[in-house]
Amino acid sequence: MTEQHRADVLVSCLHGRSPELIPAFQEEIKRRGLADEVQVVDTGCRGFCAMGPVVLIQPDGLFYIQVQPADVPELVEETLVKGRAVERLAYKEPATHETIPHYDAIPFYSKQVRHVMRNCGMINPQSIEEYIAVGGYQALDKVLTSMAPEEIISEVKKSGLRGRGGAGFPTGRKWESTRRAPGDIRYVIANGDEGDPGAFMNRSLMEGDPHSVIEGMIIGAYAIGVHQGYIYVRDEYPLAVKNLGIAIEQAREYGLLGEDILGSGFNFDVKIVRGAGAFVCGESSALMQSVEGKVGEPRPKHFHATERGLWDCPTALNNVETWANVPLIINNGADWFASLGTEGSKGTKTFCLVGKIENTGLIEVPMGITLREIIYDIGGGIPDGKEFKAVQTGGPSGGCIPASLLDLPVDYDSLAEAGSIMGSGGMIVMDERTCMVDIARYFLDFLKEESCGKCTPCREGIRRMLEILTRITEGQGEMADLETLETLAKTVQSASLCGLGKTAPNPVLSTLRYFHDEYVAHIVDHKCPAGVCKALIEYYIIADKCTGCGLCRRKCPQEAISGEKKELHVIDPELCIKCGVCFDVCKFDAVGVR
Amino acid sequence: MPKLKSFEELRKLRTQLQKDIKTRTETSTTITVGMGTCGISAGARETMHAILAELDERNIDAHVTTVGCIGMCHKEPLVDVQQGDEPRVTYGNVTPAMVPRIIEEHLIQGHVVEEWAIGRVAVGQEG
Repeated sequence: MTEQHRADVLVSCLHGRSPELIPAFQEEIKRRGLADEVQVVDTGCRGFCAMGPVVLIQPDGLFYIQVQPADVPELVEETLVKGRAVERLAYKEPATHETIPHYDAIPFYSKQVRHVMRNCGMINPQSIEEYIAVGGYQALDKVLTSMAPEEIISEVKKSGLRGRGGAGFPTGRKWESTRRAPGDIRYVIANGDEGDPGAFMNRSLMEGDPHSVIEGMIIGAYAIGVHQGYIYVRDEYPLAVKNLGIAIEQAREYGLLGEDILGSGFNFDVKIVRGAGAFVCGESSALMQSVEGKVGEPRPKHFHATERGLWDCPTALNNVETWANVPLIINNGADWFASLGTEGSKGTKTFCLVGKIENTGLIEVPMGITLREIIYDIGGGIPDGKEFKAVQTGGPSGGCIPASLLDLPVDYDSLAEAGSIMGSGGMIVMDERTCMVDIARYFLDFLKEESCGKCTPCREGIRRMLEILTRITEGQGEMADLETLETLAKTVQSASLCGLGKTAPNPVLSTLRYFHDEYVAHIVDHKCPAGVCKALIEYYIIADKCTGCGLCRRKCPQEAISGEKKELHVIDPELCIKCGVCFDVCKFDAVGVR
Repeated sequence: MPKLKSFEELRKLRTQLQKDIKTRTETSTTITVGMGTCGISAGARETMHAILAELDERNIDAHVTTVGCIGMCHKEPLVDVQQGDEPRVTYGNVTPAMVPRIIEEHLIQGHVVEEWAIGRVAVGQEG
């Protein structure tokens, strides 16, 4: 076994940004003769992506952001030799400019409840030993030595755990149906095919704590009576594939996977299947087709996957986050789990906070927290003093929720009521400079590409809606278009084969519902209130603010701006391509949009 | 790595492994070693190594952390021991040879080694 250390340097978030950081620490620590006292650990994502690469020094809890290899000698000298915080690299609260050197005191972390992500950024994900040391495989020990399969299922049912992939089906009931379905061979699958743009919570979990997913799967497999499982990961997640592969290999070597697991007589093994990155393959039936080696297209749901899933055998397919919740429920009990969250949505949920938000990153919060707490307390609010306009939850096919609903509790049912979805947990924040018609158009453009084309409502309906939206953003819309949009949206919603089509109209329906005036402004007034839709806007120079500095004139790629030094400049609308460079560069706010 | 044959073995392995990550998990005992320039020149590094080795050998759960100079340079190496809500006790001029007795009497038996203790601060009264 390794020796005891007085300090651990936990380095996170090396995603291509700073691979030399760890060697730099190791070298410096060795040079200072601290190699016997301090160990450097490569940990998974800690979620605070806006600030990466981040370094946490334990046991002091000192937290450093945006650390570069050049900072290493100073960090080692000050913190590890002299025991002082390096203020320069500590986190500063954007609102108060206060320096917060300690991890626990940073609002981004202190308002979170990290259960599923508890090990991410805390242990080395490539070491099964570290996972075991923090209590890993204890839940497996408990179920295989003292619980009957039915007991596990009733515990999971009692906990109120619902699917974390988005649809929110009760996990215990899914397991029960799979167990009861006739047949000799059954399967469990972990869905790690996170396809939403801007979402990466599943990736971080698979990279940062792969054993928690595997342990959950072994427990589920024992409860359902399964001997083979699959983890479906997209190939764009090379580190997740690598860390899961290492984890599976280590679990096999220790006898935690394979034949006769730890002498219990139970056999179970897991294989990784890499997906090619089609959005639709996150849908359960398309995913199973893909595992079978067929084209990833959904199939009609005449029967459930719990009866006829993978290779027509009963199959329990859950999101990786759902699986990772299982050991927690077993260890702490269903009552503990049910004490977190709301009436209908128990436990915690991970979200990716992206878009126009100060603290971009990955968070875990109890169900029922309000959007306001997430966006302002944890997210740090909207950058550059801009106004919050909307937040889209649930990925490209989620709905946009307006500022008037900021106090909405985040749970499956409240989000559905507001016209959006939980989805797997994407959260895209938009500010006043976002045009909601353009946003709906943007997401439909994504969904048009990702629709597999098997069923007509989805394939054709999304295209037609996209055509109408494009027309509106170009100022060619008519009021009658809004009705057509709504009819199309409702048809696609009710008649599509799978979840992709059923949820695709959400961006359209929710923006029509909450931002109707913006559609009308585009159609009737030929104006884009947010100043985004190029066909409807015009840049101009505000006479009494222009100082004649000439910056915009020099930056304009079209040479559309003219004017003498220290004199008022003008934009030639004929030449202007509305790129917005002049607006962005002007230091005097003298460029306006109308 | 050896294949585990039973849950008994898994539990034993976990107990062993827990020591390795102790710096990241909670414990109520903290041993603080003064490691300013004065401390290091007085031999604090050797003292700290002795503490780590002793804790490891006796399988004791405690944080070992280092701090800068507190101002009492003539008493370096300074070692503070704090257990739970008990007052924080400071030992002065701690050589590696003194470490086993401090750990035996203070950490294990709970008696402060009075002849070496040079001060104590109750929790909440610091600063």
